[in-house]
Amino acid sequence: MDIKVLGPGCANCKRTVQLIEDVARERATPVTVTKVEDIREIVGYGVMSTPAVVIGGKVVHAGGLPGRDKVAQWLAAP
Amino acid sequence: MTIADTVVKHSSPRWPWIAAGVAVALWATERAGLPVLSWANAQLLRMDWLSALVRAAVERVLGLPVSGALGGSIHFFVYDVIKIFVLLSALIFSISYVQSYFPPERTRDILGRHTGVSGSVVAALLGTITPFCSCSSIPLFIGFTSAGLPLGVTFAFLISSPLVDLASVILLASIFNWTVALAYVGIGLALAVAGGVLIGRMRMERHIEAFVFSAPVSAAEAQRLTRAERARYARDQVLDIVRRVWPYVLAGVGIGAAIHNWIPAQWVAATLGADRWWAVPVAVAIGTPMYADIFGTLPIAEALVGKGVGLGTALAFMMAVTALSLPSMIMLKRVVKAPLLALFFGIVAVGIVIVGYLFNAIGPALG
Repeated sequence: MDIKVLGPGCANCKRTVQLIEDVARERATPVTVTKVEDIREIVGYGVMSTPAVVIGGKVVHAGGLPGRDKVAQWLAAP
Repeated sequence: MTIADTVVKHSSPRWPWIAAGVAVALWATERAGLPVLSWANAQLLRMDWLSALVRAAVERVLGLPVSGALGGSIHFFVYDVIKIFVLLSALIFSISYVQSYFPPERTRDILGRHTGVSGSVVAALLGTITPFCSCSSIPLFIGFTSAGLPLGVTFAFLISSPLVDLASVILLASIFNWTVALAYVGIGLALAVAGGVLIGRMRMERHIEAFVFSAPVSAAEAQRLTRAERARYARDQVLDIVRRVWPYVLAGVGIGAAIHNWIPAQWVAATLGADRWWAVPVAVAIGTPMYADIFGTLPIAEALVGKGVGLGTALAFMMAVTALSLPSMIMLKRVVKAPLLALFFGIVAVGIVIVGYLFNAIGPALG
């Protein structure tokens, strides 16, 4: 599963990446998390608040650290 | 529709009446000689009881009189740190709760309905309840601009957002008094509106990087949050902001404590005293390269005023630190070209200097 975390390198963006990797490890779901820090690429997704999470080219979350349960839901989705 | 939804729908129009009723009751008790409001102000906002408690601890346990330099510094530090963190947490929780009704997409849509001066006014007002963090200002700027909002509206928002937020207003009331706090809000908003209108008139659109205009415009999410979700969001905001600002608060209070008790008042008065004409520009020049949260700069302003620095000089310093930080300028540089950035910087800097002189002139009257 390919997951992108959009954010210009703020502390919350790093924590989001960490959280997704943690949950993925717990559930033994193979994921590749990429951090997108380039502002042009970030706004290309049309988000107005960061960190934002993109799965399969779709923005599933924007603004703030996502909840653990929310991350688990993304990883459970086929 | 669930039961909870029904309750919310029916009870929501009632709260303004309850709030008005409470306000009238408070005013009446104050007039009747029962000082409920001033008591709440002194004990809940200024936390006089905490000051007394810390004083007792410093004097009895450590055996240091708070009138001395060391005892006084310890008292200032402990009392201010506890007070700021308690108020900060309570305030950010309530403001974030309100803020959860205004996600950036909704703010953008509201602003899209206004143009000209009224647009700048609405933008400045909305700026007071939206983000605290300068790193979120760039995606906001791009989101606003690509949706076709005029520059005057966007910049009014960008100036007001770090400068005036409700938490800092209540902290100002706690450290100084309500007159100072309300004057700060009024003048901060006026600065944001004037800055926005001026930038809007200058036709600076060609000085924005082209990619900003081609960014896709996302639709506002139609999801409705429950009260529990809003409370969770507010709690997360508190944790997030406290985690981010605590070093600045400790540093700010530390510097404040040092100024409070170790730096001779004559030095401060000779360099930044209210009667020195250069005090305000010097304070702005010192404040600009600093990057700190408004919560970290408040204790410094408090200590400076205690040493005889003019109120306007202290407020100008605070505004320069929060509204004109170097890191946020570097971030903005990625989306706007030099002329527009210089204009933005210039207008805000001149505005802050004017505010400083104004407050120095009327400061004594505000007590």
